[in-house]
Amino acid sequence: MSSVKQATATGADTRLQSHRHLSDRAIQNIFIWPTLILLIAFNVFPLFYSLYLGFTDYSAIARQAPVWVGFENFRSILNDEQLWEYFATTGRYAVASVGLQTLLGFGLAMLVREKFKGSGVITTLILVPMMISPVVVGLFWKLMYNPTFGYFNYLLGFTNPATAPDWLGSRWGGQAVPGLALWAVVIVDVWMWSPFVMLLVLSGLNAIPEYLYEAAVIDRASSWFQFWRITLPQVAPLLLIAILFRTIEAFKSFDLVMGMTGGGPGTQTELIAVNLYRQAFLGQWRTGRSSALAYIILIIIIAVSNLYIKYLNQMRGEG
Amino acid sequence: MASFVETGPQAPVTEAIRVDKVSPRSRLTRTVRALIVIIVTFIGLIPVFVMGITAFKSRADVVAVPPKLVFKPTLEGFVYLLTERAVLTQDRLAEAQAHIDELNWMQRIALENGQEITGPSDYVFRLKNSAIIAGVSTIVSVGLGLLAAYAFSRFDVPGKGDLLFFILSTRMLPAVVVTIPLFLMYRQLKLHDTHLGMILLYTVFNLSLSVWLLKGFIDEIPREYEEAALVDGYTRLQAFFKIVLPQALTGVAATTVFSLIFAWNEYAFALMLTSERARTAPPSIATMLGRGGIEWSAIAAGSLGFLIPVVIVTFALRRYLLRGVTFGAIRQ
Repeated sequence: MSSVKQATATGADTRLQSHRHLSDRAIQNIFIWPTLILLIAFNVFPLFYSLYLGFTDYSAIARQAPVWVGFENFRSILNDEQLWEYFATTGRYAVASVGLQTLLGFGLAMLVREKFKGSGVITTLILVPMMISPVVVGLFWKLMYNPTFGYFNYLLGFTNPATAPDWLGSRWGGQAVPGLALWAVVIVDVWMWSPFVMLLVLSGLNAIPEYLYEAAVIDRASSWFQFWRITLPQVAPLLLIAILFRTIEAFKSFDLVMGMTGGGPGTQTELIAVNLYRQAFLGQWRTGRSSALAYIILIIIIAVSNLYIKYLNQMRGEG
Repeated sequence: MASFVETGPQAPVTEAIRVDKVSPRSRLTRTVRALIVIIVTFIGLIPVFVMGITAFKSRADVVAVPPKLVFKPTLEGFVYLLTERAVLTQDRLAEAQAHIDELNWMQRIALENGQEITGPSDYVFRLKNSAIIAGVSTIVSVGLGLLAAYAFSRFDVPGKGDLLFFILSTRMLPAVVVTIPLFLMYRQLKLHDTHLGMILLYTVFNLSLSVWLLKGFIDEIPREYEEAALVDGYTRLQAFFKIVLPQALTGVAATTVFSLIFAWNEYAFALMLTSERARTAPPSIATMLGRGGIEWSAIAAGSLGFLIPVVIVTFALRRYLLRGVTFGAIRQ
């Protein structure tokens, strides 16, 4: 240590000398630990803290120390039908948006796979939506969806506001159409994230060795056969990773809904993450209960990802 | 298809097959394909286009039915976004109009609507917060990430695979799960609604990205360069700074920009962990909706200001985009 101090005092030349004393081992530790400490302090510690809070009745705005209540929070959450409703909404949202993204993203990737003049620029333009802040996306889609002066209905051909669908209000020509608002959110999510699926699939497509197709062509395999027996199996692992990422994101989905509907109308677009925010930071600030809910969401996410990963490994094992 | 596999080609192969062009498609299919892609792209960009034109519409034009494509462009939205205004009384209005030559363009636009500018809006202040928080946190996370990435790439760190997975998994946590304890922790440490708190948080938020991305880039630099330098009498640190760092600059640049974008766009943490002093721009664009009627042109102007840097970056980084959005877990 003293040599280091001395070195900083005497200038650059000797400082380099002193580093000779730093073994690779020391450098390794100096390089890695700051990162690990930060991640532990901001991720691991909060995780344990919130597990503890999940077993208490704590409220962040009450001047009262947390009281241990055992599994009470978990029991009340699992018995709360309203919450199951939100979970179901989240599930429907995830299935619809991830499914559509996969189809659309895959289709786009197949289309831009073969290069044409200007395809680089076009591909990049397709990617723009996913780089924009989700809350900004939510807000300007709110303008698009506006039932009187929004563009969306006009583009679809509904030129009379009286008979056109009010997407975010879940109404169509004065009639309530439950589910319309959720579909509106799904459309935006698909718009935003299909490019992501496309990007991953495209990189999978580019990695397929040419000789597979050469062999297929020499054998006079039809392009349909080539698609099912070469393209799809080869791209499948990356496609599945894309689906995994998107499913996790769908369960975390928060920004988009907050920007567009705030959970409404009623509770039609109340995704579980939005409700969690509401319970934790608005109204009664039920910190304990929302920590428990957060854990349940986390467990679901981990379970779903493990299923995917298991399936993915199986596929890799076969391939 | 099965019969084909079993029996092989039925007819003699008459056309020559070029190995470098295994499936030559007709020019027509190609053109049709390219056309479909272009059309789909432009349909996809309609919302962005709409937002772009809305930013330049006047208040009346925004709510026109049917929506107008042709209109007189105005900077009203930007003025509304950036300033606080007060309505002028009749005589004050006349007085202001008499001195119209002395006013700058913003004041003139406000005057056309019978208002005077009383000061900059909260948004300016919050944009500044966004810039400070995103900027500093990006520098710190890329710096730390670079060191960790180098160590993970070059040394036999015990439990390397698990550690790397742990680093990646922190990114998968839903923001709301960690926000509750972080909120309490920050309140205890007096970090709630401070720049330092948000900088720390965004640094951690971007660390996993920067470690994984940079590790990928450093992995690609041949070890032989450093080994040669070490043999020549360089220390490990000298080799790192003089050999590895210059070669990894592209990676550092890409990582920096990705981190910047993520921090710039972040909404959930900012909403829950800031209220006034350290609030960033994304949550305040959202709350702009609540104040005295919806100023769509101001929202569009704010969004446009948010969008333009992102579009530029998307183009500049398109080679690295895949790595960036998958946190470096997948390489192109």
